Amino acid sequence: MTTLTDAWDWLADPAHWSGDDGIRHRLLQHLVLTVVCLVISCLIALPVALVLGHLGKGGALAVNISNIGRAVPTFAVLVLLLLTPIGRWGDGPTVVALVLFAVPPLLTNAYVGMREVDRSVVQAARGMGMTGRQMMFHVELPLSLPMVLNGVRIAAVQLVATATIAALAGGGGLGRIITAGFNLASTPQVVAGAILVAAFALVVEGVFEVAERLAPRWAGGTR
Amino acid sequence: MTAPPDDCLARNEWICGEYLTSRRQILIDAVVQHLQLTAVSVLVGLALALPLAVLARRWGWAAGPVLGVTTILYTIPSLAMFSLLLPVYGLSASLVVAGLVLYSLTLLVRNILAGLRAVPEETRQAARGLGYGPIRLLLTVELPLALPAAMAGLRIATVSAVSLVTVGAIVGFGGLGNLTYAGMNTYFKAQVLTASALCVLIAIAADVLLLAVQRLITPWTRAARG
Repeated sequence: MTTLTDAWDWLADPAHWSGDDGIRHRLLQHLVLTVVCLVISCLIALPVALVLGHLGKGGALAVNISNIGRAVPTFAVLVLLLLTPIGRWGDGPTVVALVLFAVPPLLTNAYVGMREVDRSVVQAARGMGMTGRQMMFHVELPLSLPMVLNGVRIAAVQLVATATIAALAGGGGLGRIITAGFNLASTPQVVAGAILVAAFALVVEGVFEVAERLAPRWAGGTR
Repeated sequence: MTAPPDDCLARNEWICGEYLTSRRQILIDAVVQHLQLTAVSVLVGLALALPLAVLARRWGWAAGPVLGVTTILYTIPSLAMFSLLLPVYGLSASLVVAGLVLYSLTLLVRNILAGLRAVPEETRQAARGLGYGPIRLLLTVELPLALPAAMAGLRIATVSAVSLVTVGAIVGFGGLGNLTYAGMNTYFKAQVLTASALCVLIAIAADVLLLAVQRLITPWTRAARG
C-alpha cells in the first residue's frame, strides 16, 4: 500500500505539475495528440469506408485490415518510423503511427455498419427515387451511425494507448512520465504516471459512453 | 581476411543477411522468450477465463460486473498496465505475463460468454430431456457449441499478446521487443526491421495454427456449410 501513497504524494507535489516535463504539459500533449490524430484518422477512414460500404465493394479489405492492424506491434512501427527520415520531424513518427493504428477500427466498423443496414430499407429508398448520394446521407449513414461511432470510440481508446507507447520511442505525452520514472528507477513516479494514463483512457471511454447515452434514440437503438 | 568491413552491417542497411547469420543466437533467444511469454499468458488467461465465463453464464447477475471489470481492464493502455504492476512484481517476466493475462482474460471471457449465450435454448432443453445433468450439459453440449466463438477469441487474444509482448521491453522482458528497443537506442536499422518482421511472422503463424486447430476440433461447422 505504501507504493500507492508514495504515488499519491508524487502526484500531489506541485513541483511535478509545472514545467515542460510537468504533468500539466504532458497531459495537454497527450490530449492534443489524441484529438488531432483522431480527427485526421476520421477524415481519412470514414469517407473511404462510407463510400465502399455504400457501393458494397472492398469488403474483404475493410474487414481484414483490422486483423492486420492487431498483428503489427505498435512499438515496432514507432521505432521503424523513428529510424526513417520521418523521424527527423519531431512528432512525425508519433502522429503517423497513431493514425496508422486508428484507421483500421474506423474503417472496419464504418464499413460493416453501412453493410448491415437493412437492404429492404435501402431498396425502399431507391424505389422512392432517391439518388445514390441521398441514400447514403439520409438513409444508410444515419442507420449505421451507432456502428460508426463505436469505431470512433475504439479508435480513440487505441489512440490513447498508442500515444502512451510513443514515449518509449521518444514521443511526448503522459507516457513520458512513466518512462522517466523507469529511467530514474522511481517506482512512485512510474505508478503515478500509470494512474494518470489509466485515468485518461477511462475518461475518454467514459465520454463516449455518455455521448452514446445522450444520443437520440435512433442512434442507440440497434446496439 | 581482415579488410575493413564493408558489409551491410557497416553500412547500417535495413535488410541485412549478415545480421541474420552473425546474430543468430540472439535472435533465437529473443524468439523463444517471445513465444514463452505469449504462450504462458494466453494459457493462464484461458484457464481463468473459462470458469469466469461459465459462472457469468450460470448466474446472470455476475455477467454485468464481470464484463464491466474486463472492459475497464482492456481500456487501460499496455504501458500503464505494466507500470501499475511494477510494485507487485518488480522488474520481472512475471510482470509482463500478468499484464498480458489481464488482456487475454478480457477478450476470452467476452467471447466464451457470447458463445455460451448463443447456444439455442431448444438444444439445451433437448439435452435436458435426454436426462443430461448440468455438468454433462455444460461439458458435452454447451462448451462444444461455444467453441467457434471461443476459438475466435483465442485467436484475437494470441495475436494481440504477440504484439503486446514487445512493450515488455520497458522492463527488459519483451522478447523481440528487447531487440527493437536496443536497436532504437543504437540506431541499428537491420535489428529493428528484423525483430519487427519476426514479430509479425509469429503473430501470423500463431493465427494460422489456431485456425487449423479450430477446424480440426469443430468439424461440424464445415459440414453444416456444405
